[in-house]
Amino acid sequence: MKKEMVNEATAPPESRLPEEEAMIEIVDMHKWFGDFHVLKGVDLTVKKQERIVICGPSGSGKSTLIRCINRLEEHQRGRIVVDGIELTNNLKNIERIRQEVGMVFQHFNLFPHLTILENLALGPIYVRKTPRKEAEELAMHFLEKVHIAEQALKYPGQLSGGQQQRVAIARSLCMSPKVMLFDEPTSALDPEMIKEVLDVMIDLAREGMTMIVVTHEMGFAKSVAHRVLFMDFGRIVEGNTPEEFFKNPKHERTKLFLSQILH
Amino acid sequence: MPSAILQNHEAEIRPPVTSVGVIGWVKQNLFDGWFNTLLTLVTVYFLYRIGPPLFRWMFMDSVWFGPASECNQNPGACWSIISSNFRFILFGFYPYDQQWRPLLAMLILFGFLYYSRDRRRWTKRLGYAWIIGLSAMGILMRGGILGLSAVESSQWGGLPLTLILSVFGLTAAYPLGIFLALGRRSKMPIIKSLSVVYIELIRGVPLISLLFMGSIIFPLFLPEGITINKILRAQVAIILFTAAYIAEVVRGGLQGIPRGQYEAAESIGLNYYLTMRLVILPQALKIVIPPTVSILISAFKDTSLVVIIALFDLLKTTQSVLSNPEWMGFSKEAYIFIALLYFLGCFSMANYSRKLERELSRD
Repeated sequence: MKKEMVNEATAPPESRLPEEEAMIEIVDMHKWFGDFHVLKGVDLTVKKQERIVICGPSGSGKSTLIRCINRLEEHQRGRIVVDGIELTNNLKNIERIRQEVGMVFQHFNLFPHLTILENLALGPIYVRKTPRKEAEELAMHFLEKVHIAEQALKYPGQLSGGQQQRVAIARSLCMSPKVMLFDEPTSALDPEMIKEVLDVMIDLAREGMTMIVVTHEMGFAKSVAHRVLFMDFGRIVEGNTPEEFFKNPKHERTKLFLSQILH
Repeated sequence: MPSAILQNHEAEIRPPVTSVGVIGWVKQNLFDGWFNTLLTLVTVYFLYRIGPPLFRWMFMDSVWFGPASECNQNPGACWSIISSNFRFILFGFYPYDQQWRPLLAMLILFGFLYYSRDRRRWTKRLGYAWIIGLSAMGILMRGGILGLSAVESSQWGGLPLTLILSVFGLTAAYPLGIFLALGRRSKMPIIKSLSVVYIELIRGVPLISLLFMGSIIFPLFLPEGITINKILRAQVAIILFTAAYIAEVVRGGLQGIPRGQYEAAESIGLNYYLTMRLVILPQALKIVIPPTVSILISAFKDTSLVVIIALFDLLKTTQSVLSNPEWMGFSKEAYIFIALLYFLGCFSMANYSRKLERELSRD
């Protein structure tokens, strides 16, 4: 059932192979919440234009992992380097990385007091210092891209969940990010709205965006990802091309998880 | 089309007559069960007993203009205590022949407030206009230049004084309260603890004690020969006091904003200042409009406490009239008048806040 959510006819993005240059490098990264060891030494290299899907049971640390990449969570050991900039306590670096890394949340997190257009133009105007008129043109461009331009003057509360999530994606794109992080982008959506959001993400993939997606949409993983990673108990248990990952999972834990999620 | 048939069918069934219209309203609100019916009847009886005599006292048998002697012979209200002492109640000891100046200053203030009621007019130019307007009011009140005779601030009183204390008190306390609220939620320990100490200390004492401190204790610490205007000291006390309360209300609003809003703002690269200014505060301050306005209203009324440090605000000038032997015994009328003035101020604040809430609603 879930597999059919992705329209197989349009789905497979042109299989552009990732470049060799690394976009994100994570080395032996640890993270604790209080005494709780959430991430226990994660190593991950994401190449430019590579698309990675992360799956795993809840509490396995997959959301925390991608939230560390733009410093919504602070890692306590190891290194994270994004596009050549290392994440440290240096506020300048954090701001630079956040401008280059777009993030889409499970609950959209649009700004409810601003119109859709204002939501999109906010970053360009205040962070990139784009003149207001240009920023609004940019916003309209991306709204058209996610097929929602006619809603530009509405407020987020007046839109459906699927529409809100597409706006959230467009809002990130307005900052012309080099990487997009997706934190369970379809988990809070009604089933009939999942496809419209995944379609937008597939379009993005086709254009060669570097993407890390935490999701349980295995159809999406199969058709879009270069690599699928399985996380459990704060570690990356295994990672492979989608074909290998779904056909020949190596670890017992992965097999069990896949059997539960694919029925 | 089965759904169209269904809709047509539904439209034919009308609600029963007794549940809509005037009859429905009366039934639902006044005679809904035996207890409500009883309450309605009792209320109607009391209104019948109180209303007509009150009306007669206020409007039929009352004396509007005339000497106190006429009032003594009349059973109705003596409104002439207001009309005969109008200028003293409004302007206190401000020199009689110069009282057009505070009047003009107040008219300027009301004009500005009225013009600024529409949020679309809140531009930079209006901000500059306010600065010019306030300076003009200051010059009018104080005099000493432009051929206006100087009037010591100790002679200021009545409504202008009340308005000065309130308008400056509220407009200064609001931003200060926001800073304190942000400070209390700051991750920087020094700023955080300073804010907490400030808020708890100020909230822990009554306004009266702050006013006393400002007017009696504070001057003791100043070097000899330096005095700070008494009105200014009361003003500062009111600002500091109100800000502490506003801070706690705003903090409540900040806590009501989901963490996702901060994260979304950060993830598009907004720094702390921009996140607060563009994303968090507009939402938080909107949530807390009702409690904030409650604080502003009570601060407006609390300005009358300055009588205890011998400032002649509106309430004090009225009381002075009452201590005049000629007008003794007409305190009801005088206080009703003052209550009316305060009510007008409070009611327009409440009304304005409801209008703001409606405008800012995004549902």
